[in-house]
Amino acid sequence: MFKSLAVPEFLAKIDPVKCIRCKRCIQNCGWSVYSWGGDKVLIDTFKCVKCLRCYHYCPEEAITIEDNPVIYRNNANWGYNHIRNIKRQAETGGIPLTGMGSDLPYPILFDHLLIDACQVTNPSIDPLREPMELRTYLGKKPARLEFDKGPDGKLRLKTKMPPQIKLEMPFIFAPMSYGSISLNAQKTIAMAAKELGIVMNTGEGGLHEEIYPYRSNVIVQVASGRFGVNPDYLNAGVAVEIKIGQGAKPGIGGHLPGEKIPLDIAKTRMIPVGTDALSPAPQHDIYSIEDLRQLIYALKEATNYTKPVSVKIAAVHNVAAIASGIVRAGADIVYIDGFRGGTGAAPVIIRDHLGIPIEHAIAAVDDRLRQEGIRNEASIIAAGGIRSSADAAKAIALGADAVALGTSALITMGCTVCGKCYTGNCSWGITTQRPELTVRLDPEVYAERLINLIHAWSHELKEILGALGVNAIESLRGSRERLRGVGLDSQTLDILGVKPAGR
Amino acid sequence: MLTIDAKGIYYRDLNNKVREAVAKGEKEIFLKNINGQYYIGDGLRGDVKITIEGVPGNDLAAFMDGPTIIIKNNAQDNIANTMNSGKVIVHGDAGDVLGYGMRGGKLHIRGNVGYRVGIHMKGYKKQNPIIIAGGKAGDFFGEYMAGGVLILLGLDGDNKRPLVGDYLGTGMHGGVIFIRGDVDKKGCGAEVGITDLNEEDKKFLKEHLEDYCKDFNLKTEDIMKSGFKKLTPASLRPYGNLYAY
Ligand code: SF4
Ligand code: SF4
Repeated sequence: MFKSLAVPEFLAKIDPVKCIRCKRCIQNCGWSVYSWGGDKVLIDTFKCVKCLRCYHYCPEEAITIEDNPVIYRNNANWGYNHIRNIKRQAETGGIPLTGMGSDLPYPILFDHLLIDACQVTNPSIDPLREPMELRTYLGKKPARLEFDKGPDGKLRLKTKMPPQIKLEMPFIFAPMSYGSISLNAQKTIAMAAKELGIVMNTGEGGLHEEIYPYRSNVIVQVASGRFGVNPDYLNAGVAVEIKIGQGAKPGIGGHLPGEKIPLDIAKTRMIPVGTDALSPAPQHDIYSIEDLRQLIYALKEATNYTKPVSVKIAAVHNVAAIASGIVRAGADIVYIDGFRGGTGAAPVIIRDHLGIPIEHAIAAVDDRLRQEGIRNEASIIAAGGIRSSADAAKAIALGADAVALGTSALITMGCTVCGKCYTGNCSWGITTQRPELTVRLDPEVYAERLINLIHAWSHELKEILGALGVNAIESLRGSRERLRGVGLDSQTLDILGVKPAGR
Repeated sequence: MLTIDAKGIYYRDLNNKVREAVAKGEKEIFLKNINGQYYIGDGLRGDVKITIEGVPGNDLAAFMDGPTIIIKNNAQDNIANTMNSGKVIVHGDAGDVLGYGMRGGKLHIRGNVGYRVGIHMKGYKKQNPIIIAGGKAGDFFGEYMAGGVLILLGLDGDNKRPLVGDYLGTGMHGGVIFIRGDVDKKGCGAEVGITDLNEEDKKFLKEHLEDYCKDFNLKTEDIMKSGFKKLTPASLRPYGNLYAY
């Protein structure tokens, strides 16, 4: 074995004068960069991923993590990633994995869209003084409502409403399974969802008994691996979601490495300890829209038509036609995960080169469903790169009913988007199952932070609505007239259904 | 016993009737004139026994937890999809994708089965799903299998088709497959190891075959006369080397 020719990406450094030998960095680093050398801390900088846990826990500010200056010579074509991946692949013959959403500089359309505001001719609204409605219902809406008169002579709704998920604000937490994230991370999210009156999603790893108490704020997922799926599970939450695809890895299956399968995960997933949890690329009972319909209705039968059924897909080129098929197959919710969406583990090459951004996808799907007169048949959840309440407002104005948050929720727990989730070593105790790491994540403490974030975003949304002169999120939904594009070509503007700024 | 005449009844109404009867404590239900109705026994729980006359439609016993369903004729696709416990007995042939993600209980089929049978079956401790097919099977038998037991007997059927199709056990990483007859390594996934049976395997097999034979009036000794092959995953992590970290 000779030394790897891949250059380390980061240099972890400890100032020997400031260092008091407390060894906290050794304890805190999930990647074992530090070890004790008798009189000083030894550093294996090859392993550093710049998660910054050690920096935050060093009491003396003695640690710096630098980008390695000897990194390959500047070259706009042959970038660091290309050279390093080739070297790693030459050494192993394997497929490089990554975590989190793509970090390549593809254009982000949210950053080319601006929201309208009221001036003089139409009054804006002050959300601090006047009520603002963020409440959102996800599910099929009837095409028309019928009323009759009750015995007291008052009008009554006669139309039977299909089952809905009630959200106090148009946010949900994106599916992240127990397995890909720790139980404490899942609990943090569940506690926050309950407190906020929104929902989280189990992902495909089943429902751990400790999440059961939060079941009225949980969507349960059924994916190709069918982990943890039984009648109890299907009926536990407020909705059932069929996972077809994920934005970070459209068209490929899931692969939870054996390192992340200790006893408890093996139990919830019903597979042997230490095996890789494999979710086949397709659901092998779904090869067509007709097959999808069959599974949707199998789930509706199993839940006696009391829960909305959601279908989650990755945004791909033909997303509008696919979404139309999904709605016609009977789905109550279409969850679209854009190209920039996060992941616990995906091949780099897939994550960075397959799919389309969420902005195009929302616009295309909303258009198509409207044209076909079936937009009311299903709600749209948009996900994959929502970084702020502004992104959320723009997604909703483009046509989404609600947005899903994954990465941003993890960032409230300490995540620095280092992208190494697939290793199972997350120093923050988020994407790991190592007990000494997961104990650091106290759900009570971090749920508070996550709640703070969503409250802050909700306030911001209300401010945006107030500036727009409307008092309900419903009035912004699909209202593309309130968006303008900057620096976008006419074809993109056309796809988005948005005018250029100045028009 | 409750008899329901399913003639011309839409599946949703039929299944509702069954659900209501089971909720009222009915222990035996006879469904006559079944003609392709979907989702019979889907998500159903309890210890009810349902006998079906006619050919039921797809997704029978999906997510089922406890009941026994006996089908006197052929059955179609997707039986016992993610089934949790209970038993399904099919006296004729059955279609594709049987027992997908099955978690427990038994599926006994007297005749042939189609493609993709037993994909991603699971098992954990007491939960050990079992599928036994009396005839022949198509491609992808036991693909991605993570647990449970698949038994293929090849008792009859014409000689035009092989005992089992290609891609047998592809991606298998748990569970066990028993095949009565020879297995061509070339037709198997690379992840599969093929061995002869030891005494313990024979005991295990006999136990399960006895239950199967009772359902169809067959003799275990006759079936046990010819040799079986046992297929197990060669590795817990068939794709462990696929990635560069
Ligand atoms: S804790 Fe994170 S930043 Fe610090 S040395 Fe370890 S990997 Fe690098
Ligand atoms: S969850 Fe952990 S491993 Fe993943 S990007 Fe965040 S800090 Fe890194």
